[in-house]
Amino acid sequence: MGKEVAIIGGGVAGLEAANQLATLGYNVIIFEKKGQPGGNAAKWDRLFPNRRHTSEVVNSLKSRLNGNPSIMLSTAISSVTKSGNRFVLATKGKNFEADAILLATGFELFPAEKKEEYGYGIYENVITSAELEEMFAKHGKPVMKNGSTPSKIAFIHCVGSRDEKVNKPYCSKVCCVTAVKQAIEVKEAIPAAEVYSLYMDLRMFGPGYEDLYKEAQQIGINFIRGRLSEASELDGGRVQIKTEDTLSSRPLKMSVDMVVLMVGMSPALGTIELISGLGLKPNKDGFVAVADYHLNPIGTGVEGVFVAGACSGPSNITDSVNAARSAAIEIHKYLSK
Amino acid sequence: MVDFGYAPLEIKIHDLDKANLTLGEWIAERDETFKHCIACGSCTATCTAGKFTAFSFREMCHSIRRGELMEAITESEKCMLCGKCILACPRNVNTRNIVKLVRKANQNFRV
Repeated sequence: MGKEVAIIGGGVAGLEAANQLATLGYNVIIFEKKGQPGGNAAKWDRLFPNRRHTSEVVNSLKSRLNGNPSIMLSTAISSVTKSGNRFVLATKGKNFEADAILLATGFELFPAEKKEEYGYGIYENVITSAELEEMFAKHGKPVMKNGSTPSKIAFIHCVGSRDEKVNKPYCSKVCCVTAVKQAIEVKEAIPAAEVYSLYMDLRMFGPGYEDLYKEAQQIGINFIRGRLSEASELDGGRVQIKTEDTLSSRPLKMSVDMVVLMVGMSPALGTIELISGLGLKPNKDGFVAVADYHLNPIGTGVEGVFVAGACSGPSNITDSVNAARSAAIEIHKYLSK
Repeated sequence: MVDFGYAPLEIKIHDLDKANLTLGEWIAERDETFKHCIACGSCTATCTAGKFTAFSFREMCHSIRRGELMEAITESEKCMLCGKCILACPRNVNTRNIVKLVRKANQNFRV
């Protein structure tokens, strides 16, 4: 065969699709703008629902990166154009050609400082869910700015999700179960800690997720049905948070040592510029629009251009792997015509 | 109700067969954001009046949706119309306008 497939993005979806396409006999090259493969997953300590180390999954996905598929790290694609049946991908300095393109540019975490009333970047013990993962990887537990161990922690759901005020009206899908996973991990690392979860709805849609929620209840995570309205800093770096306890219909305030903001998924920067060169448009949430949500969720409006993973909308790792495999089959069908 | 050992607590039960839902429809015709509430409670949490009285915008809306019109009207009178809740609402419900509409409805057709 010897046909060439270019994959833009070396995260979970890009790596999985590359492995499948190489198995099918195609020459596959991944362009990754960061210095290492693995995307957002590479920065995550452990995964829901079974708290497996993320490195296990990422290492497995990148274990075949020795020849075919190959990967070009720290290489951003500035534009993609179609000429005839071939595609030209421009990078700084050099152009590459391919017979098919897979968009796998993933997502960016919602910039929490945009919710100024939550105090991220202003108060020292307001952190994001991603920073908590880093703390778990580094210290095995959350650590306050002054180095002490927090004894009261609140998780705030839906930061940059389901929020029209920051133009993120959609649900980011994975944060509910991530919060429950992280709450359990905090309780395991610091058994005496009081752990709270402030939620609007708990969307436990996947296998094992509801079990995880029950486990959290069993080990004493406190669930409060209310959305954070604002946070303010107290002496000593503690944070006061306000919500409505909607189940008792009364305003509620509490002070905690640490606030963890469950940041949602935003479209990856640069993806829209990239696809606009091909005449493709984003969907209403800013992700890559797919050809048919039910029947062709990995196709785009341009023949030969496919999409997989979180660049078409919030996805978990299983979603990305499934989409990547579907994309590999569709690309195979397209290139076998 | 069939003859049974316990008397139903009529006052505690939402009877949607009999509930008067016209106020909700009247408000939604004038401000459709009334329909967008997801009951997150951000409005009540940030409420200035709620610090001093037991005012809850979320509860007021819920009363309207369950046909408890007198509760809703009594509730609407506690609002200071400061509009802080508009800033907190993740669904862009025009909270202040809805309170004003409840008050207006009360004056117009004495529900």
